[in-house]
Amino acid sequence: MMLVCLLGAAGIYLIPTGKIETIKKVALAISLFVMVLGIYLIVGFDSANTSLQFSESRSWISAFGINYSVGVDGISAVLILMSVILVPIVLLATWNEADSGRWSSKSFYILVLILELFMIGVFAATDLFLFYVFFEAMLIPVYFMIAGFGNGERAAAAVKFLLYSLFGGLLMLASIIGTYVIAGNQIGKTFDIEKLSTLQIDQTTQNFLFLGFFLAFAIKAPLWPFHTWLPDAARSATTGTSVLLVGVLDKVGTYGMIKFCLKLFPEASTYFTPMIITFSLISILYGAIVAIGQKDIRGLIAFTSISHFGFITMGIFAMTTQGMSGANLYMFNHAFSTAALFLIAGWMIARRKSAVIADFGGLQRVTPVMAWCFFIAGLSSLALPGLASFVSEFLVLVGTFTRYPVAAVIGTIGIILAALYILIPVQRALHGKTATGNENLADLTTREKIAIAPVLAIIILLGIFPKPVIDLINPTAKTVISNNGYSDPASKVKK
Amino acid sequence: MTTSTNLLYLILIPLISSAILLLAGRRVDKVGHIIGTLASACSFAIGLVEFFAMQSRDVSNRAVTQKLFEWISVGDFKVDASLLLDQLSICFVLLITGVGTLIHIYSIAYMSEDRDRRRFFAYLNLFIAAMLLLVLGDSYLNLYVGWEGVGLASYLLIGFWNQKPEYATAAKKAFVANRVGDFGLSIAVMLMFANFGSVAFKDVALHAESASNSALTAIGLMLLLAACGKSAQFPLQSWLGDAMAGPTPVSALIHAATMVTAGVYLIARSNFIFDVAPTAQLMVMVIGAITLLFGAIVGMAKDDIKKALAASTMSQIGYMILATGLGPVGYAFAIMHLLTHGFFKAGMFLGAGSVMHGMHDEVNMRKYGGIGKFMPLTFVTFGLGYLAIIGVPPFAGFYSKDKIIETALNHEGISGLIFGAVALLGAAITAFYMSRVMLMTFFGKERWSNRADEPHEAPFLMAAPMVILAIGSISTGFLFTKGESLVNWLRPVVNPAGEQHLVEHYSATSISIAAIVAVLIGVAVAISKYLKDVPDVAPEKVSIFTKLARKDLLQDDFNNSVLVVPGQGLVKSLLNIDRLVIDGLVRLVGTLSLDAGQTLRKLQTGYVRSYALLMIIGVSALILTIWLVTL
Repeated sequence: MMLVCLLGAAGIYLIPTGKIETIKKVALAISLFVMVLGIYLIVGFDSANTSLQFSESRSWISAFGINYSVGVDGISAVLILMSVILVPIVLLATWNEADSGRWSSKSFYILVLILELFMIGVFAATDLFLFYVFFEAMLIPVYFMIAGFGNGERAAAAVKFLLYSLFGGLLMLASIIGTYVIAGNQIGKTFDIEKLSTLQIDQTTQNFLFLGFFLAFAIKAPLWPFHTWLPDAARSATTGTSVLLVGVLDKVGTYGMIKFCLKLFPEASTYFTPMIITFSLISILYGAIVAIGQKDIRGLIAFTSISHFGFITMGIFAMTTQGMSGANLYMFNHAFSTAALFLIAGWMIARRKSAVIADFGGLQRVTPVMAWCFFIAGLSSLALPGLASFVSEFLVLVGTFTRYPVAAVIGTIGIILAALYILIPVQRALHGKTATGNENLADLTTREKIAIAPVLAIIILLGIFPKPVIDLINPTAKTVISNNGYSDPASKVKK
Repeated sequence: MTTSTNLLYLILIPLISSAILLLAGRRVDKVGHIIGTLASACSFAIGLVEFFAMQSRDVSNRAVTQKLFEWISVGDFKVDASLLLDQLSICFVLLITGVGTLIHIYSIAYMSEDRDRRRFFAYLNLFIAAMLLLVLGDSYLNLYVGWEGVGLASYLLIGFWNQKPEYATAAKKAFVANRVGDFGLSIAVMLMFANFGSVAFKDVALHAESASNSALTAIGLMLLLAACGKSAQFPLQSWLGDAMAGPTPVSALIHAATMVTAGVYLIARSNFIFDVAPTAQLMVMVIGAITLLFGAIVGMAKDDIKKALAASTMSQIGYMILATGLGPVGYAFAIMHLLTHGFFKAGMFLGAGSVMHGMHDEVNMRKYGGIGKFMPLTFVTFGLGYLAIIGVPPFAGFYSKDKIIETALNHEGISGLIFGAVALLGAAITAFYMSRVMLMTFFGKERWSNRADEPHEAPFLMAAPMVILAIGSISTGFLFTKGESLVNWLRPVVNPAGEQHLVEHYSATSISIAAIVAVLIGVAVAISKYLKDVPDVAPEKVSIFTKLARKDLLQDDFNNSVLVVPGQGLVKSLLNIDRLVIDGLVRLVGTLSLDAGQTLRKLQTGYVRSYALLMIIGVSALILTIWLVTL
């Protein structure tokens, strides 16, 4: 798969810059091919088996024990699936968006495919060093996608994104070195995650190493108070970039928390859990409240995501199977509901030439299909039962409740705020009289309908029948919990 | 337990119909209302088949289940998508689909001029499906899906004419108030899972007695909060009046007969919790009693016919909630009042719609007057509903309300006396405000301005449902109480121990007489005030009491000053904090490090494209460091 991405990117490089349509079609075809491969991979995945599957390992820099080793477990499988489904949707949905960029759209498509390569790599890497390389390398295409094809304060936003991420990356780098040194003393030079997880590290050292990783992931996710880069980036990036940024890249943060923070530093994770749950709760409520006050529709979506990421981290650190599986499912579902919101918002903005919510109004009359799509995506964001996000959000809450009831109750306030941050803009943008300047807006084109249909279908189908994805996640989630010495609290009344 | 394969179709038929009407768009404009009505009628037919099948089975074997698929299963948290039809849910199924179908038929005519009639029927079908899921789910989480589903349908229908900003606001208000209730339901479900390891009705019922008192009280109170949201009970009542923005058939079906009574269903369904949680049960009664009076008082001052009826609905549901708090014997009476209320209140709303239809959508009763002789059928059907709601024997409301008053008065201790007195007082006020509606609308001088255009009677499709509901208003009370048929029918579900109401502080006859006297007083006062001259503009010089009632006892002012304004302040201040403090710190750190050195600045701003190079240097540094420290 990764090879296809790489070859694809190279192939596009060979196509002359002028043949834009060809480039787009080839890029879409490649991403679809990768998607098919990805789905094929997941179908062949034995979910009952909790060890790594499809493992591959080659010696890379043998002097330091660095290997190119990849493999997937249930959690990474789901995230890879999510990534490969999103890319072709994004390409199709934002067909003409890169045309007005600073550079040729050819470079945009090359960047997207390279990014896809890195995304798959980062979720598949089982070597800490390899993970780090992908983790940092992802920044490059995203940086160029924001700076080269965004709008408004794109350069500033891109730099902010880059520096912030770089800062987090450096902290992680320090921790990686520390871990490597300890490994060198105990079991020999290795970056293999499985082997590293057997290290005996004293509490204080663990705490420091944990923080290095965690801060990097908290910036990536983003968790309050490290979130301010996201709204800026979302406001300035193209729609497609925003979808990949919030939908996929940010998940690397929460994925890393499970894969590295919990796995390598179990005692430190327990030590920091109260603090992290607190920060998660702040994220949930703070993100939601600030979202209510957003005037820019993309800023709104960014802040709702900050609230959602609060749920994800809370679910992870609740250390119950419901919380862990719920958090993982949340990552998957959130990608699609946010993608839907961003894509439709992007179409609205492109038509209206404004991102200010108040400039819309009465869209339901003018562009009913677009308005409906936005409404459904909004309902998914507020976790309406029957839609996918409800299942994950409720699992997170119920999983948190069995261990930290007070935190879960506070977090549940988020569902009231969610009604506000979705329904207020829905009313402003879709209801009321048709605002001046909106009378002749065009409804969705066939291409746009084709792009959004699968996203909405996933949102609805996984709300009714989430079993296929949950079954992929469950065994791995359970292993994570038990490896860290936890088990689900028993129900109070014995059966 | 018997299994059935029909239950799914009850829900699926209206759901699919709704999807077709929405997805096919304008292409099915011409037949949308027919498809929608047929779908609802199909569900009703299945409901009838199931009802007769259930009746023919032995009492111990009446409930049927249908497991659809495994919905969520993580660790011990296992929830199946699974349906349960028992003696309690069949009452609702018949009410929802029966009254629902009538209102579909009514709407064909009522909405015939509306360009979006198809969309209207799609929403109605969606509502029917969601409401059926609510009463058919066999666990609290399945119920939750229906619970929010009806909230969505209600939101869509209140805001059906959302091009008017205040209607869109009313829809949003309803959804948000309901979400506060949903918060309670969420917490209740979590508590149940933490305590019982399951959220299915049968498991919770089985283990409820073994849970701690505090847990049971907490679950009970959270369920009550949920009920308050959905059923517009104090303190979450403020959305119902505004919800009258929806087309009148919606007010009849959703905001009178079915959805708003879901809270009563929830509490009756959770009888196994409340029976062992006395504190929560007391709170149920208190909330019911407060709302009963609250709605009645507001109802006295409303000039908008729909808002007067809405206040009345709130008050009548207060009666039902009060009844559910009265313990094992109360549930059946609550359901009985719910069913009779479903008939007479839906009938009256349809009557109000008929009046509006004939009066150019005028809703202000001060502009009505003397309509009775122009719209005799509406007058008679509305009048029968009126006699039923105020509790004149032998109409339906007499039986059901009387039972509640009787049970309340005979409840043990001083609380019985208080709640009984409140219920009696409520009966008198109900008689007053409903007589006021009746007199202002159908009697007295004609106060509408354009005399040339006389109010016209409703067309057949609107009249027929009104007639059928009026027949229900006459007969249901008698049917349900004859041989205690409904109480016996529901007993296995809501009162499995078969507890009897033995203590009789007051005899049934004396209570009935007291209730009738209360009603007569209410009617007499109304007649003395409203039979003759009703000013066509609401008088300004009124008592502070009337002013307060007109403003819904300041519910909106209270919510505004306590919740909305501080909430907006919070949003604004957090916005500023985010921009100035949190992001400010980030930018400060950024700027400081940029100023730190010329070289660094070049690297970070001027030559950011050389980041790749920087990364290579970083990685090299990493390798070098590793090599150094591992020497």
